[in-house]
Amino acid sequence: MSLTEENGLSTDQNRSPIQNRSLTLTAADSPVVDHGPVNTPPVPRVTQAPPPAAPAAPETAEEGGRRGVKLAKISRRGDRVFSGFAGGSGVLIVALVAFVGIFLIVIAAPSLAANTADFFTSREWTVSGDTLAFGIAGLLWTTVLSAALAMVIAVPIAIGVALCITQYVPRRLSNGLAFVVDLLAAVPSIIFGLWGITVLAPLLLPAQSWLSTNLGWFPLFAVGLSSGGTVFVASIVLAIMILPIITAISRDVFDQTPHDHIEAAWALGATRWEMIRTAVLPYGRTGVVSASMLGLGRALGETIAVMIILSTPAPGAAFNPSVFAGGETFASKIANAASEFDTPAKTGAYIAAGLVLFVITFVVNAIARTIADRGVRS
Amino acid sequence: MISNRLIAGRVAAASAVATLAAFGLTACGSDPTPTAAGGEPAGSSSASGLACPAGKLTGEGSTAQGNAMSEVIANYGDACGSKATIEYNPTGSGAGIKQFYGGLVDFAGSDSALKTEEKDGVIEADKAKERCGGNPAWNIPMVVGPIAFAYNLEGVDKLILTPEVLSQIFTGKITTWNDPAIAKLNSGANLPSSKISVFFRSDESGTTENVSKFLKAAGDGAWTAEPSKSWTGTGEGKNKSSGVADGVKSTPGSISYMEWSYAKDNGLATAQLDNGGGATELTAETVGKALSQAQVKGSGNDLALSLKYTDTGAGAYPALLVTYEIVCSKGLAAEQTAVLTDFLGFFSSTKTQSSLEELGYAPLPTDLQTKVASAVKAIQ
Amino acid sequence: MTLQAEGRAARSAPAKNEYGRPSGVRTAKNILAAVLVTIAALIAIVPLVWVLITVVTKGLHLVLEPDWWLQSQRGITPRREGGGAYHAIVGTLLISAITALIAVPLGILGAIFLIEYAKGSKIARGVSFMVDILSGVPSIVAALFIYALMITVLGLGRSAFAVSLALVLLMLPTVLRSTEEMLKLVPDSLREASYALGVPKWKTILRIVLPTAFSGIATGVVLGLARVMGETAPLLILVVYAQGINLNPFSDTMGALPTMINSGRDQAASMPGYERVWGAALTLIIFVMLLNLLARGIARASKLKDK
Repeated sequence: MSLTEENGLSTDQNRSPIQNRSLTLTAADSPVVDHGPVNTPPVPRVTQAPPPAAPAAPETAEEGGRRGVKLAKISRRGDRVFSGFAGGSGVLIVALVAFVGIFLIVIAAPSLAANTADFFTSREWTVSGDTLAFGIAGLLWTTVLSAALAMVIAVPIAIGVALCITQYVPRRLSNGLAFVVDLLAAVPSIIFGLWGITVLAPLLLPAQSWLSTNLGWFPLFAVGLSSGGTVFVASIVLAIMILPIITAISRDVFDQTPHDHIEAAWALGATRWEMIRTAVLPYGRTGVVSASMLGLGRALGETIAVMIILSTPAPGAAFNPSVFAGGETFASKIANAASEFDTPAKTGAYIAAGLVLFVITFVVNAIARTIADRGVRS
Repeated sequence: MISNRLIAGRVAAASAVATLAAFGLTACGSDPTPTAAGGEPAGSSSASGLACPAGKLTGEGSTAQGNAMSEVIANYGDACGSKATIEYNPTGSGAGIKQFYGGLVDFAGSDSALKTEEKDGVIEADKAKERCGGNPAWNIPMVVGPIAFAYNLEGVDKLILTPEVLSQIFTGKITTWNDPAIAKLNSGANLPSSKISVFFRSDESGTTENVSKFLKAAGDGAWTAEPSKSWTGTGEGKNKSSGVADGVKSTPGSISYMEWSYAKDNGLATAQLDNGGGATELTAETVGKALSQAQVKGSGNDLALSLKYTDTGAGAYPALLVTYEIVCSKGLAAEQTAVLTDFLGFFSSTKTQSSLEELGYAPLPTDLQTKVASAVKAIQ
Repeated sequence: MTLQAEGRAARSAPAKNEYGRPSGVRTAKNILAAVLVTIAALIAIVPLVWVLITVVTKGLHLVLEPDWWLQSQRGITPRREGGGAYHAIVGTLLISAITALIAVPLGILGAIFLIEYAKGSKIARGVSFMVDILSGVPSIVAALFIYALMITVLGLGRSAFAVSLALVLLMLPTVLRSTEEMLKLVPDSLREASYALGVPKWKTILRIVLPTAFSGIATGVVLGLARVMGETAPLLILVVYAQGINLNPFSDTMGALPTMINSGRDQAASMPGYERVWGAALTLIIFVMLLNLLARGIARASKLKDK
C-alpha cells in the first residue's frame, strides 16, 4: 500500500507538496537545486509561483475548488502537536543545562557566603562543626595535574593506535583490534581503581623512587609519598581509561579521510608515513583535538578510580606540587564524603566544589567545540 | 527505503523478546536458601529460646559493626528459618542516627552514644525522644571493636608503643623508626632508620573518632586536637579501612589504626600497647578487661558508656570502640518491637558474642552483657 | 617540501637511487613511524589484557555458576560463600530501563528538533552547544545536581529513580548526537518525495525519516546504555545498596552491579565477599560487551552507511 493510499488521499486530491512545506525547509537546504516547476507524480497544476524561501500561506480548498480540483483539508494539528513536542524537547534540553548550573549555584551560595577561607586560594577544608572554611586550590591543582598528565600519556598513544587500526593493519585484523580497544571502555572504572592500587602501584614504586631521586630538583618530580597512592599512578590509570574514547573517535576521523587525498599522496610516491603525515593527519586534526577534549572531560570527572588510588594529604600538610604526592580531585573529594551530607552547609560546600568542576568541563567543551567548528569551516 | 511494516515488525519482535526476557529474569531469581551455619539445624529456635516472630526490621549506621551485623543477621535467619527480614545499611553513624530520628529506620547503629549537647543545630537525644513518641531512646552497647595499630616493619615481630609515642607518631613529631623514644620501648628490636609512613581514614569514620578520643585521653598531652570523625594528624589518607589496610600491607615502614578484623584478615602485625601496665597484646581478653572498667554514664537501661582510657592496669588493652544499637525504649510499632527484642536478645547472647571473636571483635564482658540483656528485655 | 616538489625530486633523483624507491632518510622515518605505531598499539593492549585476565581469572568461576544469575546476596555475609548477583543484575537492568525510557524519546525528539525543524538557525546552534556541555558533565556533578534537587530541596529521599534521572543527563547527549548524525544522513530526496505525496511533516518524520535512520538511533541508544551501566558515582550518592531483591525504583535501597563491587571491595582480599567483586565486574563487562556487539551488528546491518 503506497503512502498516499495509507494517508487516505487519492492522487488527484493531493495538494502541492511545496505548499505543505514548513517554513524552515529553504531552497538552500535541499540538495535538489532547481526549484522550478516541480516534477512530481500526479499533482494538480501548481498555480502559485515556484516556491521561494518563504512560501506563502498555504492555500485553502477554496482556491483549489476555483481551479476545479478538490483539495483535501489536511489538518495542521498533527504538525503543530509534533513540532510542539520537538520544540519542547529542544527547549527542555537548554533549560536543563542552564538549570543545572543555576541550581548548583543557588544551593552552594549560602555555604560560599558563610565561607571564612578564600574559596579559590585556600587548601583548607573544614566543613563540619561551627566554622565553615573551605577552599579548592588543592583540589584544582590535583585535578588539573592528573588530567593533564593523563592526556600527555594517552593522546599520543591513542593517535598511534588509531593510525595502526586504520592505516597499518589489514581490514580483518583491524576490526578485531578496534573491538579489543573498545573493550577497555567496558571495564568498570572501579575495577581500574582496584587494579591500579593493588597491581599497578607496587610495580611503579621503583620507577617512582628513581624518578624522584634523580629528577627531584624539578618541583613536579619532587619527592612525595613512599606508597603508590600518587598522582603519577592515578594519571597512568586515567590515561588507560580515556584511551578508548580518544582512539574510537580518532579512528572514525582517520577513516573518513577522503580517499582522493590518500591516493594523491600515494601517486606522488609518498611512503606510508608521509601519506599519513600529509593526507590523514591534517584532515583529522580537528577531529583528534575534539576527541582529546572529550577524553579530557572524562579524565577531569573520573570519580571512583581516583578515590581508590589517590592518598589524601593530611589536613594542614604543606603543599607539594609533585606528581609523586597524593591529593584529591573534585570528584574524589565529593565521593569520599558521599554518605556524610549531614547539614545543608556541608552539602553546599561540596556542591560548590562540584560547580567548579562543572565550569571547568564547560570551558573544556566550549574550547573543543570552537576548535571543531573552526576546523569544519576551514 | 525500508518499509514501515518491516521496521515495525523488527521493533515489535525485539521489544517482545526483551520484555519476555525481562519478565523471565524477574520471575526466576530468588534469595539464596538459608543454609544452617555451624551445623546447627535450622529451626532450633525453641532450643535457643528465640521467639522468632515474623516481620521486617530496618537499621542503619556504623560501618565498624557492619561485618558483625551481617554475620549475626545471617545467623539469626538460620536459627529462625528466615521468618523475619532484617536489613542493616552500613552508611555511617551520623547518617544512621539521622535516619533514626527521622523515623525512616527502626534502630541505628552508632559508634558514639546519642549526643545530649547541641551540634549542628540539633540535640540528638531530644530528636530521638521525639521519634519514640516522647519516650527516651536507649544506647545499648552491642559490638566491641578493638582498634589495632597495624604496622609493616620487616624483621620486627614485636613492637611496643605507648599512647604518648603513638600520638607523636600520628602527629608527625616522631618521623623515623629508630627514634630514641621508640627504641627505648623496644630495646631488642632492629628498628630501621627509614621514615614512618602513617595512613589514616580519608572518609569520616567512627574509628578515627575513637582513636582520637583514646589518644587525647591517654596520650599525656601529645595529642592536642579535639576528637573528631575526620583525621587531624599527619600521614596519607586512604578510602575505607580496606584502603588503609592495603596501604599498610604494601608500604614498608608504615603504621596505621584500623579495626582488628582488617589487621587480622590482611595478616598485618599489630603493636602492643603499654598504657602504664606493661606491654599488652591485643586479644579479646585484654580488650574485655579494659572495657569492664568503663562507667555507665546513662541512667537505668540507657547504657551509654564512658570508656576508661587511662590507668587501666596490667593486661588491659584500652584502644577500642563500642558500637551502640540506638533503640526506642518504647514507642516502636509492635511488630518491629517483637523482632527487635528477639534479634537483640540473640545478639547479646553469650554464644553470639563469642562467635564475634573470629570476626575481629571482642565479646561483651560478662557484667556488661547481663545489663545489656536486661535492657533489651525491657524494650516495650 | 610539498608533495609536488617531493615528487619532482623523486623523479629527478640521481641515478644511484632506484627509480621509485624513496631515499634512506624517508625510508628510515617510515619504518620508525611503523614501529612507534605498533608500540602504541601494544601499549594500549597490554593494560587491557592485564586487567581482563585479572578479572576473568578471579571472577569466571563465579559467573559460570547458574546460581550467580539466579540468586541474590540476601543473608550472605562477606565471609560466606554462596548467593549470586541476581539482585544487582536486576537492579542495574531496571535502572537502565528507566533511564532509557526517559532519555531515548527526549533525545530523539531533540535531534528531530535540531534537524527537521530548526536546522541552521540560532536556536539550533544554542541547543547543540548545550548538548555538548551536557555531554561533558561528569557523572558526579549530575548526581550532585539530582541530590540537591530531589533530596535537599524537594526532600524526597534517596531512590533508584533518582539514579535514573542522573543517568538520563549522561545518556541524553549520546542518543541525541547519534540520532542527529543519522538524521543528517537521510537524503532530503526521501523527505521531498514524501511531501510530494502529500504526507504531513510529522508523519514524514515518524514514518519515513526515523525508520530510515533507525540503525543509527539504535546504535546511539545501545552505546548510551553501555556507558551508563557502569557509572558508580550516582549510585553512591543517590541510593543505598541492598543485598536483597528489590524491584521498587522508588524505595531507598536498590542493588546494582557497580555498588555490589563497591561494597565488596571493603574486605580483605581473601574473603569471599571480595572475590564476588570480580564476579560482578565480569558480569558488568559481559553486559557492556554484549551491548557493544549489538551496536556494531546494528550498524553493519544498517541501510544508511556513514561515508
